Amino acid sequence: MLILQTLAPGPAHGHTIAHAIERGSEDVLQIEHGSLYPALHRLEDRGWIASFWGTSENNRKAKYYRLTPVGRKQLVAQTKRWAQVVRAIGRILKPITE
Amino acid sequence: MGWRRFLLRARWDRERAEELQSYLQIETDENIARGMTAEEARRAAQRKLGNALLIREEIYHMNTIGFLDSVGRDLRYALRGMRRRLAFTLAAVLTLALGIGANTAIFSVVYGVLIKPLPYPNADELVGIWHTAPGLQAEDINASPSMYFTYRDENRTFQNIGLWSAGGQSVTGLGEPEQARTLWVTYGTLQALGVEPVLGRWFSEADDTPGSPGPDPVILSYGYWQRRFGGENSIISRKLTIDARPSEVIGVMPARFRFLDLDPQPDLILTQRFNRSRVVLGTGSFRGIARLKPGATLAEANADIQRMLPIWLNAWPTPAGPGRQLFESWKIGAALRPLKNEVVGSVADMLWVLMGTIGIVLLIACANIGNLMLVSADGRRQEFAVRAALGAGRSRIAEELLVESLALGAMGGALGIALASGGLKLLIALGPTNLPRLQEISIDPIVLAFAAAASLFSSLLFGSIPTMKNTFRIGTPLGSGARGATTSRERHRARNTLVVVQVALALVLLVSAGLLIRTFLALHSITPGFVRPAEIQTARIWIPASQAREPERYTRMQHDILDKIAAIPGVSAVAISGSVPMDGRVVSAPISIEQRPYAYDQMPPNRRHKFVSPGYFQTMGTRMIAGRDITWTDIETGGKVALISESVARELWGGPTAAVGKRIGDPAATRSWREVIGVVEDVHDDGPHQASPATVYWPLMMEDFFGAPKFGTPAIAFVIRSERAGTESLLSDVRQAVWSINANLPVFLVSTMKELYDRSMARTSFALVMLAIAAALALGLGLIGIYGVISYVVSQQSREIGIRLALGAEPVRLKRMFLRHGLTLAVIGVLAGLAMALPLMRFMSSLLFGIGPLDATTYVAVLAILLTAGGLASYMPARRAAALDPVEALKAE
Repeated sequence: MLILQTLAPGPAHGHTIAHAIERGSEDVLQIEHGSLYPALHRLEDRGWIASFWGTSENNRKAKYYRLTPVGRKQLVAQTKRWAQVVRAIGRILKPITE
Repeated sequence: MGWRRFLLRARWDRERAEELQSYLQIETDENIARGMTAEEARRAAQRKLGNALLIREEIYHMNTIGFLDSVGRDLRYALRGMRRRLAFTLAAVLTLALGIGANTAIFSVVYGVLIKPLPYPNADELVGIWHTAPGLQAEDINASPSMYFTYRDENRTFQNIGLWSAGGQSVTGLGEPEQARTLWVTYGTLQALGVEPVLGRWFSEADDTPGSPGPDPVILSYGYWQRRFGGENSIISRKLTIDARPSEVIGVMPARFRFLDLDPQPDLILTQRFNRSRVVLGTGSFRGIARLKPGATLAEANADIQRMLPIWLNAWPTPAGPGRQLFESWKIGAALRPLKNEVVGSVADMLWVLMGTIGIVLLIACANIGNLMLVSADGRRQEFAVRAALGAGRSRIAEELLVESLALGAMGGALGIALASGGLKLLIALGPTNLPRLQEISIDPIVLAFAAAASLFSSLLFGSIPTMKNTFRIGTPLGSGARGATTSRERHRARNTLVVVQVALALVLLVSAGLLIRTFLALHSITPGFVRPAEIQTARIWIPASQAREPERYTRMQHDILDKIAAIPGVSAVAISGSVPMDGRVVSAPISIEQRPYAYDQMPPNRRHKFVSPGYFQTMGTRMIAGRDITWTDIETGGKVALISESVARELWGGPTAAVGKRIGDPAATRSWREVIGVVEDVHDDGPHQASPATVYWPLMMEDFFGAPKFGTPAIAFVIRSERAGTESLLSDVRQAVWSINANLPVFLVSTMKELYDRSMARTSFALVMLAIAAALALGLGLIGIYGVISYVVSQQSREIGIRLALGAEPVRLKRMFLRHGLTLAVIGVLAGLAMALPLMRFMSSLLFGIGPLDATTYVAVLAILLTAGGLASYMPARRAAALDPVEALKAE
């Protein structure tokens, strides 16, 4: 879901995605950038993202990923469900004060 | 998706590697920009990414279909293993090939004969027209011309309907006179079958009308067209003389056209014409074919016929004599049957029994291979233990064993198909004449699919036996894998069970083969009513009206030919008869008996009628029980005499001597009585497996019979007793003798009585040979099973035997111990087999003759054979055990 979210504004390559997730989460989610790739592979396999070869900002050959329409729908659905879960958890947690 | 990924996984891997590389480069660039040295930047980038190889592996695994991947590996491993255990592999593959080959061959017969549709378009719409007549106590009544007209005009369920009959006609004007096989069809018969001629046209409705002008239309078979006319294209409108009538070719049927299972197939197809104004009520001897309208069922068609029968009963005049109520009393009903049943006939029972028995052979083969695999798996326990210790899961090892069985199965199957196609060629060459549709049997895709399924089934079957056992066994610690350890009780039980199963199945097969052997013996012990059939040559001639119309003239001609044949060197006796036993030419009608009139509305029983010359019984070797034979003087003085078979004499007058001097006649002309001058022994006219029919023998020619002032027999067979019977030289002498009297007469349907006799036994002999092969295989495999188990036990327990011997056990007692083990298995197997055989043998009843399916002799004999053989098979290894040298046995290992 995080990956999909990252790709929502536009295509990006693996390196960008890894750094974007790291930055976006204010460095809470420290991931080994390598573990991103199997995830990308799986998403591509499901048809939620598509890939093409391009050139990076500093003129390196890089593989770009973009969201497919199916992936976009998936993102919307998952975000909604996530928000519900968060709201639900939030309601349960409210009464407790320290 | 999965497959594509699987096949493209190498490319994916390359791409991922490149992608990871590009990440590293970008990250390194950035690190350098942050001020690191190139080396540091690179290392930091790699740290950030993690283990690139592991990542690639993870993705690679996502792309594989794990099972397939390991199967490939297992297969390679299994093949390597098989090469190492060559003897085991050969034994297993050969056993399996025999089992699958036999099954495939028999299945191709079953499929070609019983399952495959007939070679006509939409063949399942075709039905044969038959009736029942409870009032006549008869089934299988054919259709008559009057029925044909009613059905054709009134039916609601048929597209086409036609009648046909087969015969032989002489064709002249094409060189030597020739007797051609003919098929008479009404309009609708060919149309129903739906096979178009390659040249010309079908018969039209107009062709059917009697007295239509011009020559008779005739359609040629492809074979006849090729044979007699060299396949010339201008054949249409060609003139022929058939039975002295001018005829004209209007069409040629295609090469693949076969008319049902007529044997031999017709050369010429002629129109069967009925004169509507002369057609009367009655049953006929015509066979009927109809094509149902699309969607109409057999039941609907039967109901349709049932509806039309009363219409028929009132629409046509009765023949002279009986009234309409006679026909009503017959209670004729519809009994249509699918045309395929008609073609296939009575072999279905036999084929299914064969299929069943051959299936049992395959089961036994599987049990045997399962046993082999158990033994071989035992030998590999150490190997499995090592692999389990190295971390192979149970399922992996089980999977691998299964792959090994599948590979065995595939090899056995491939070899089996080769065996089957060879066996099938042999089978067709041997050609049991009464196996229908023999030409349609072949190894086609369906048969191949069957063979593949059979191999798969058997590999799973025998493959699962050691797998089941082995999953328990993986836990065996490495150290105890040594051979000295006594084998566990449970594994013994598996092997013993397999042997018991084998013995039981073998018993079932032996019993069925035994029953057939007894049937065969019973058939052979029957006195058929003639002696030394190999010495009796038969040959038919037919004198058409164009050659001699009056009975006196053609009988004279027959007598002259008879004298010529009698003069041939080596001919000891010769006579004439309208039909000979087992040639299928049957004349049946009631007779009337003086002073014993039948009630008018009651149908007297049918008797078989034969028309014979003097010397017929002497030539055939049929015993004269009372009275005397016909003489030529009898025939010249009006032929008012008759002979009857013993069964008729007993039925009517209580015995042969009482019958002589009584008077009988044909049912129509009761004013002209004939004296019974002799009684002869019963003849099995329909083959040894059929009861001998009640028969009346009339002279070849007589006065005032069946409404004819002079009654003769223009179509006759010569029966010639000679040492030279069956040789071409005798036949050419016979032909010369015939042609010296009349050069226009073809001589046809030549065969010895032996050939006719064998043909009537062919069904039983065919089944017997096949079952005997199956039973022999089963017995052999079963014995190998017992032998294998006992010798294996002996070899496994050699240390124990050694200890016992060293402690003073008597060798004789040891021998007895192993013998007892083997015999116990055999006895349990036999008991289980009996329990299976007793209910199963019911299915064989239709194949048996003279004995019941529970024939005690057979069972006792089979028990004796199995127990003796089982004893022998266990005696050999038992003796070896007793002869063991204790020192050697203990030292080994």
